[in-house]
Amino acid sequence: MKSFTYERATSPAQAAAIVARTPGAKFLGGGTNLLDLMKLEIETPTHLVDVQDLKLDRIEKTREGGLRIGALVTNTALSADERVRRDYGVLARAIQAGASGQLRNKATTAGNLLQRTRCPYFYDPNMPCNKRKPGSGCSAIGGYSRQLAVVGSSDKCIATYPGDMAQAMRVLDAAVETVKADGTTRAIPIADFHRLPGDRPEIDNVLERGELITGIALPKPLGGQHFYQKVRDRASYAFALVSVAAVIQKDGSGRVSFGGVAHKPWRVAAADAALPQGAQAVAQRAFAEARPTEDNRFKIPLATRALASVIAQAKAPRA
Amino acid sequence: MVSGSAEFEISRRGVLACSGAAVALTAVPAEAQGPTAAAAPATLPVTLTVNGTRHDLTLDTRTTLLDTLREHLHLTGTKKGCDHGQCGACTVIVNGERINSCLSLAVQHQGDKVTTIEGLGTPDKLHPMQAAFVKHDGFQCGYCTPGQICSAVSVLDEIRRGIPSHVQADLTEKPGFTNIEMRERMSGNICRCGAYSNILDAMSDVAGERA
Ligand SMILES: Cc1cc2nc3c(=O)[nH]c(=O)nc-3n(C[C@H](O)[C@H](O)[C@H](O)COP(=O)(O)OP(=O)(O)OC[C@H]3O[C@@H](n4cnc5c(N)ncnc54)[C@H](O)[C@@H]3O)c2cc1C
Ligand code: SF4
Ligand code: FES
Ligand code: FES
Repeated sequence: MKSFTYERATSPAQAAAIVARTPGAKFLGGGTNLLDLMKLEIETPTHLVDVQDLKLDRIEKTREGGLRIGALVTNTALSADERVRRDYGVLARAIQAGASGQLRNKATTAGNLLQRTRCPYFYDPNMPCNKRKPGSGCSAIGGYSRQLAVVGSSDKCIATYPGDMAQAMRVLDAAVETVKADGTTRAIPIADFHRLPGDRPEIDNVLERGELITGIALPKPLGGQHFYQKVRDRASYAFALVSVAAVIQKDGSGRVSFGGVAHKPWRVAAADAALPQGAQAVAQRAFAEARPTEDNRFKIPLATRALASVIAQAKAPRA
Repeated sequence: MVSGSAEFEISRRGVLACSGAAVALTAVPAEAQGPTAAAAPATLPVTLTVNGTRHDLTLDTRTTLLDTLREHLHLTGTKKGCDHGQCGACTVIVNGERINSCLSLAVQHQGDKVTTIEGLGTPDKLHPMQAAFVKHDGFQCGYCTPGQICSAVSVLDEIRRGIPSHVQADLTEKPGFTNIEMRERMSGNICRCGAYSNILDAMSDVAGERA
């Protein structure tokens, strides 16, 4: 690990200002992703601004009837919150399907949203990777790509966004609330938060340098039945091959986001609209422009079947 | 191990002197001369309470909680398996919650209370979970065991507190001390010897006494 200095910020705007003006500075949340990457020298910050004292660890009601989740609320606390379990089940389920009990105790809401890809070549400093070292090439294209993206990828990068929680946030139309170095705040719709790789795969999201996430706002509850179906190589403690976050209403309409298939949570309006016609109809629209590799072509039928199983559960009489 | 303030002063000056020499010998890029990179020390004072004993340390900022426990406090019960959050061998309990000590910096834990396997019980006075692991043969080589036991103690506590899990059928209900609940919650602890079923027996035994 490269040497770095460390400090604890005392207010959100101060944290943003320090990171914006200090070259090589980064925010530190729980550290479970950043430290992992620092040990491999994939991330090499020279200054860490720990945000743990910022008191952003509460879940509060909003005036619009939704919830505001502080950036520092741990994954465990968020998925255990009674209001989340009752009204936003898809979110509780998605978090519980991710990582391990130990990691969820430490992982923060903001850090989870910002976790970096698990592409094996991104993690291997000996291999070319445009995301880790812009311009060096992409080892996954023509390489081992079983876990990687089938849709929305580019000639520069076919990595996926690996997180579970964000799939639920996407279905719920959450907004990411931030403060910038100059003290201004904004709310970024989750749909616009993560980027596609395009020509700049090194940039994962639309945050500006020094922009701090202060919280996530959830709109008022959607009702309906909530599902998070994750398919992985072992039953627990593994990243998704594919996942389906869905909220399905009595009349069969609803919303669906696919995880493990793209560089961002993959939700397509036309695919949502096709939900009453079944999983095939949804998948045809969600994956209309898919460009899978030989190794990951299986993800499209797998995602379709995962959704079919969710729809079947929604239709089944409740025990 | 308690480092006094005098020792801290010396090591701090030592660091500054070294970095001064580095600046003189090598052309450091303008970036590295920023307000923080050159001037601020890369060591910091950290106070931890481990198994009830307070320790005032001065540590390189890079030191993980795991390495602090093992290399600085010589509490080698906590093990390093993968050093990347993937195995659970380094599990300890911080302020009442289990975490992977390999993915946490000591400086993140200023003022925190840490419980390691050494703090749960002693050879003369075993924690009920330690005793149950012995009784049920919940290990073979024993390398993963301290992490398994710290995790197992926390898992029973998490179930008791009603923390939900992936395998829970109804999110609004309280979880039970069932086999499937405990298995799911222990998935962050890998055992290369495959002692899983005996670990489950040990946990069920302790949970049964409680319930
Ligand atoms: C073995 C293993 C298995 C895992 N399995 C899964 C899984 O199955 N599913 C899943 O979803 N995840 C999984 N994870 C990832 C885990 O969920 C993330 O590591 C965690 O959520 C990151 O949160 P953190 O607070 O520790 O982030 P950190 O590591 O502290 O930060 C991550 C990034 O966010 C930035 N950051 C942190 N806070 C803020 C803020 N407030 N504003 C702006 N930037 C900020 C940091 O600078 C850093 O770049 C796994 C991790 C490991 C190690
Ligand atoms: S897919 Fe993206 S992250 Fe993976 S090697 Fe290619 S450029 Fe790097
Ligand atoms: S050593 Fe920490 S999880 Fe493996
Ligand atoms: S007892 Fe050997 S690794 Fe678990």
